[in-house]
Amino acid sequence: MSILTYALHYEGEFNKNSLGAVSEGARLAKELGGEAGVVVVGGDDLTDKLCATLGKYGANKVYRGKAPEGLAQPVVDVMAKVISDNGFKYALFGGGLLGFEIGAGLTARLGAGVTMEVTAVKAQDGGLVAERPILQDSAIVDVGYVGEPGIIIGRLNAFDMAEAGDGTAEVVDVDVQLEDHSTKATMVQRGEQRGADVNIEDADILVAGGRGLGKPEGFEMCEQLADALGGVVAATRAVVDAGWYPYAAQIGQTGKTVAPKLYLAAGISGAIQHKVGMQSSENIVAINKDQNAPIFEFSDLGVVGDLNKIVPKLTEAIKAKKG
Amino acid sequence: MKICVLVKEVPDAAVEKRMDSGSKRLDRSGERNLNPFDTHAIEAAMQIREGGGVDVDEIVAVTMGPESAFRALHKAVSLGADRSVHLTDDALAGSDVCATGYALAKVLESESPDLVLLGQQSDDGECYTIGAVVADHLKMPSLTQVIKIGVEGGKLRCERQAEYGYDTVDVELPAVISVGDAINEPRYPSLKAIMGAKKKQLDKRSTGDVGIEADRVGEQGSRTSVIAINPPPPKQAGEIIEDEDTNETVEKIVSWLEERKLLA
Repeated sequence: MSILTYALHYEGEFNKNSLGAVSEGARLAKELGGEAGVVVVGGDDLTDKLCATLGKYGANKVYRGKAPEGLAQPVVDVMAKVISDNGFKYALFGGGLLGFEIGAGLTARLGAGVTMEVTAVKAQDGGLVAERPILQDSAIVDVGYVGEPGIIIGRLNAFDMAEAGDGTAEVVDVDVQLEDHSTKATMVQRGEQRGADVNIEDADILVAGGRGLGKPEGFEMCEQLADALGGVVAATRAVVDAGWYPYAAQIGQTGKTVAPKLYLAAGISGAIQHKVGMQSSENIVAINKDQNAPIFEFSDLGVVGDLNKIVPKLTEAIKAKKG
Repeated sequence: MKICVLVKEVPDAAVEKRMDSGSKRLDRSGERNLNPFDTHAIEAAMQIREGGGVDVDEIVAVTMGPESAFRALHKAVSLGADRSVHLTDDALAGSDVCATGYALAKVLESESPDLVLLGQQSDDGECYTIGAVVADHLKMPSLTQVIKIGVEGGKLRCERQAEYGYDTVDVELPAVISVGDAINEPRYPSLKAIMGAKKKQLDKRSTGDVGIEADRVGEQGSRTSVIAINPPPPKQAGEIIEDEDTNETVEKIVSWLEERKLLA
């Protein structure tokens, strides 16, 4: 039972989440007694040498397709061909945005079953079963597949990178004719950084702000609290997309993953896309006026109240305490 | 240009959601709201119409779901859609993503839209996938999680946040675009629009009407099966403070932080 994964790359480096998926695919393929294949799609920066390094994570064979980077549909074309030509039984993706799009495209193209937001995969009765948390993580369903292939889209950080192989994988080129519709989207600009460059990954203390701050100026309050605590300010995707805070400070899906000693969330509801980026924090404190906010389900200290009243007083109290 | 907006009825946020242990499906008995992400898709359609960059002849709300889902269509029409289409059939019950995407693609095909818009996720299933499934069936270019759409020379210029920052992508029409909630602030429907919504054209379609092959939908057309439903690993519940006296609340937070040596 062979497993195919997709590895995203950018500027000559593979994505960490993708490498996690490659490692997981290799582990499962070994258990099922099959090949661990990886598809890479891009231009000349995908050198033999770079592709072969995927062997370090347990890949046996790398299928390289030449097509535009950063868009899902050309990858669907390449993967559909590799799966049909080589009989892969499963396709596995890490937790990125493209993984969702490619996996979904393959579902349609191959009439295949798909499970997303998967947090674990197990080999069972000669096949794979995907574990997927649902309903704000209040239940976990075990999903099996009818027919083949089965498509598994992981949640961000679900799969850890693990060096397992001898360091080199065989690299083969895939000659694929792109579908007409796959050529109708064109990347104009990729990877634009918006806002200042800030480092939130090394901080021991983070004060994170979300939509509940009400307005961009709400971040001043967070900055003062962070200063008092000796920490740094982070943000949710909603407020970054709205232009309230720099992209470099964003936690969660398509942002950073952090695990500080203290994570203080102000006005953050705690959607799954945010949770996956910060749930490993040692101490989680949440301030939110909505007592039903999901963040209270996974915070160590939850404060139900108006952050505009609480945060400034908390800042003063901490300053006084620290002298 | 004709825009179709895919919408969905989801459980009210205040209703506790649960799985039915017999059928292993989501218990949908408490459903009654339009998926909040879909309101952004309708607003995006309205802004394209009002933006003047292209003539929009018609905005059509499309849903698939049980009888009761007409409420989501009424809401969509009150927010600006001109008419709506309801794909409903007992044969569709229990469809997974693969089967749902196929069925939606078939009903959309019968409308021949130039642009399909939808919300990037639904409040219940949390999946970002349906747009890309539908696009592949329709053989249209597609982009998900879009936060800005401009119409330029018959093409769309879209922006979104991806793995390495913000991407700007040009997409030729016809296309399928799913939008994020940062794209706009949906307007509130006027009382007149709410009252008028029930009078706008609503077409019901069965699977046979739009050429859906019966064995590709419902439980028999689904390619995944739920084997088990388990509780999550137990997690110790955190402390909760209700803020009544803010000075007292702050004192409690400070001592909590101090106990954990976080104010060193």
